[in-house]
Amino acid sequence: MRVDVDLRAALALVGTVLKYLSVAFLLPAGVAVYYGESVVPLVTAAFVSALVGLGLEVLCRGGGDLGGREAFLTVALSWLGVALVGAVPFIVAGEGVLAQPVNAVFEAMSGITTTGATVIEDFDAHSRSVLMWRQLIQWLGGLGILVVATAIFSELSVGGAQLMETETQTQNVNKLTPRIEETARIIVRLYLAITVAQTAFLYSLNAVGLAPRMTLYNSVAHAFTSVSTSGFSPEPRSIEAFAPVVQWAMVPGMFVGATSFILIYYLTRGDVSRLRGSEEFRFYALALSVFSATAAGLLVLDGTHATVEENVRHAVFNVVSMLTTTGYASTDFNAWSSAAKHLLFVCMFFGGMAGSTTCSIKMVRWLVVAKAFRRDLFNAVHPDAIRPVRLSGSVVDEETVRDTYAFVLVSLVLFFAFAVFVAVDSERASVAIDEFEALSAAAATFFNIGPAFGEAGPMGGYGGFSEATRLGMVIMMWVGRIEIIPVLVLLTPTYWGR
Amino acid sequence: MKILIVGAGQVGTDIASSLGENHDITIVDEDSDRVEEVTYNIDALAVEGDGTSMEVLRKAGVEEAEMVIGTTDSDETNLAVCGSAKTAGDPFTVGRVKKRKFLETWEPSPGAFGVDLMVASNVLTAEKIVRLVVTPAAHDVDVFSEGTVQMAEFEVDDDSPVAGETVAEADRFDSLTFAAVLRNGDVVIPSGGTRIEAGDNVVVIGSPESVHDFAADVAPSDTPDKSHDIVVFGGGEIGEDVASLLQDRGFKPRLVERDPDRARELAEELTDTVVMGSDATDRDFLERERIGDADVAVCALDSDEKNLLSALIAERMGVERSIVVTENTEYAELFETVGVDVAVNPRQEVAEEITRLTQKERTVGLALVGSEKAEILEIEVDAESVFADRTIREADADLPDGVVVGAVSRGVQFVPPRGGTEIHEGDHVVLFVESEVHDKVLEKV
Repeated sequence: MRVDVDLRAALALVGTVLKYLSVAFLLPAGVAVYYGESVVPLVTAAFVSALVGLGLEVLCRGGGDLGGREAFLTVALSWLGVALVGAVPFIVAGEGVLAQPVNAVFEAMSGITTTGATVIEDFDAHSRSVLMWRQLIQWLGGLGILVVATAIFSELSVGGAQLMETETQTQNVNKLTPRIEETARIIVRLYLAITVAQTAFLYSLNAVGLAPRMTLYNSVAHAFTSVSTSGFSPEPRSIEAFAPVVQWAMVPGMFVGATSFILIYYLTRGDVSRLRGSEEFRFYALALSVFSATAAGLLVLDGTHATVEENVRHAVFNVVSMLTTTGYASTDFNAWSSAAKHLLFVCMFFGGMAGSTTCSIKMVRWLVVAKAFRRDLFNAVHPDAIRPVRLSGSVVDEETVRDTYAFVLVSLVLFFAFAVFVAVDSERASVAIDEFEALSAAAATFFNIGPAFGEAGPMGGYGGFSEATRLGMVIMMWVGRIEIIPVLVLLTPTYWGR
Repeated sequence: MKILIVGAGQVGTDIASSLGENHDITIVDEDSDRVEEVTYNIDALAVEGDGTSMEVLRKAGVEEAEMVIGTTDSDETNLAVCGSAKTAGDPFTVGRVKKRKFLETWEPSPGAFGVDLMVASNVLTAEKIVRLVVTPAAHDVDVFSEGTVQMAEFEVDDDSPVAGETVAEADRFDSLTFAAVLRNGDVVIPSGGTRIEAGDNVVVIGSPESVHDFAADVAPSDTPDKSHDIVVFGGGEIGEDVASLLQDRGFKPRLVERDPDRARELAEELTDTVVMGSDATDRDFLERERIGDADVAVCALDSDEKNLLSALIAERMGVERSIVVTENTEYAELFETVGVDVAVNPRQEVAEEITRLTQKERTVGLALVGSEKAEILEIEVDAESVFADRTIREADADLPDGVVVGAVSRGVQFVPPRGGTEIHEGDHVVLFVESEVHDKVLEKV
């Protein structure tokens, strides 16, 4: 069979990504040195990363230009490659359950895709430097690794827009400047600035004595995973481990992380009109408020927690965490009433705004679907009427409307299919799990949330699932994070042929 | 004044004949038949040739012309005429365009394309239609003194409360003047005792509010509010402008356009209009969308015949009022005879607008009433005018019969014209003038 995809071009670029990834191991290596832990796992991983990267670059030299087809392959393989290489420190360190390769890859994939689902059972078994790598990989995945890559390599100046579009599956990357790498740089700088601000904010709470457990280590670790809406925590009890003021303080970080970076950029330049004019932002804020208020109402009615403040705090925190696809927990919401749990489950299907670090279906898609459907209802009465769908005042073209309908439908179909797989495979492996737990575990991994309900709840982990289920989840986290199409398109024969 | 007109179509010859008596007119046209026609019918010099060629323009005397009017059927030609004329001398240039895009370029920077005054027929027509829509039962509405004064012509129906009343009884408004009653094609200047009969057309001049209030008196059921159902047939430029102006006034019009691509384009452009993709004469469509329940149908399709047809279908289905665009000047009266409520002619709008500017230097506004048997003039009062520092009663004595002082405006202020009202230099006076005495009046005011 003739392959019409320029494999060399795609693979060489994956090599370049891995080559630069080796630099990222320096930070946790530094942590290891500081705490007197072994640097071997991280240095080994850096070597593997550089070696594989350079190897791919050398072997695949002479590829042509990166086109639309190659972009799919590059995006899919880059995320897979980073997840595999990211698992190396866990395997080499050989601590606890992460010594097993399947668990290591699960943890790394959950990390880079900003999911936050963990298999770790005993956090004390792991060194601080390896746990810091686990936090850092989430931060790297937050913006999308190819956005970061575009910002770094100037050779991607033409293909970069293609890659960013493929990675986020949005029409026309909103170019802030005529040069795509400049746009990517602006976004990355903004991301860095927000992360630094979040670290400083969290650490300042410690400095004034409000949060004794929020050490510098924890401040950095949680800034990494809140702004990137990913949800790993080196604390076994997640955010429950911290004082109420810290729990409140984490909410804005997650909220900002799931807000469009384009809007935030304009906001930093004093342009408030775009934020005000954004229907997606209004919808996002409205959804958060409605879900939070409903959850708070349910918790207060049930008397789930002791005081009203506690009920409101846990309701707001966990709704924001689930809806922005972060996956922190301020309490074990497994203990909530069935109604409150189902409310959190519904939050999983939303996600924040497009162009942020969030995952899942995203607000803009729901908004377009809602508007398009309202239009369709109007057209049922007036078949000859022509009504364009408008979003924030501008017209959404019909092709995009169709694609959006399709995306939402395919997401839900894949989610249900995967939930069935989880349930059936658990039955096969004699893992005790009910249907709500299977559904929530499928959603929490495919939509990159993190914790589910039952065994895989916020205080538990995914270690109880069979190896086949865990491997399935690795694939679904990957597929979900890069918005389905770049992987599915690789499975079609036309992709590889003419 | 020496005036050079390029383009001897309907608009060009209209302007030439209304200006011919007082000015030296030269008309340029490429078409030899038209040139011949002008030579025999109008008191003007006709030159055959391409109006954009410098040689032809020179031959027509562009260097001495004080005003050059480009009014051929092609927008681009008209602009080129104005541009060329500006290089040859320093005339005041008037360019007639159909397309709004040129007006949009010109408006923020007057003088663009070498055009001193741009008259956009589609925009003028659309504005006229919208004035007619919001003033129910009106056949004609024109504005003067930058909107301070309105003139409207109403048809009085059998069931109108005004029918049978005398003018004195009907005049319940301070700021309204009954300028004329048009009866069987004749112009009657009314006195207080004149009885208004069903079938008459009444011409009133006054403040926009009083004209609007009187409209409600004439036809109480039709007074439009925001829920008024207006259907526009035809999504050409006029149709689009009408819909767009209506949305600006808070209405939610429906627009019917046959071409799917154009309909989509319009739907994207017009946020508060429901655009329908269908043929305007498709009965199934019209019934499905209950077009018959509409209050007003505006027909702005691409041919006069289609407009007439769609208006008649709409009326038959129950639409209360139809406003039709007709390109052919001669059709206007015919259409109104066969059942169309109002026919609007873009060429007449343009001719009025251009003539308004050239009539006399102090004449700043003009509209034609009742098949040109009379007209409305707006003049600015100067020291030599018969009005200067006199009351209306005094001035009226010096004016011939067939003249009515309709309104006076001072700055942006409306002054109700009463016998004792004193008029000063700088005021604007809106006069209703019968065509026969037009020249005599112009000399005095």
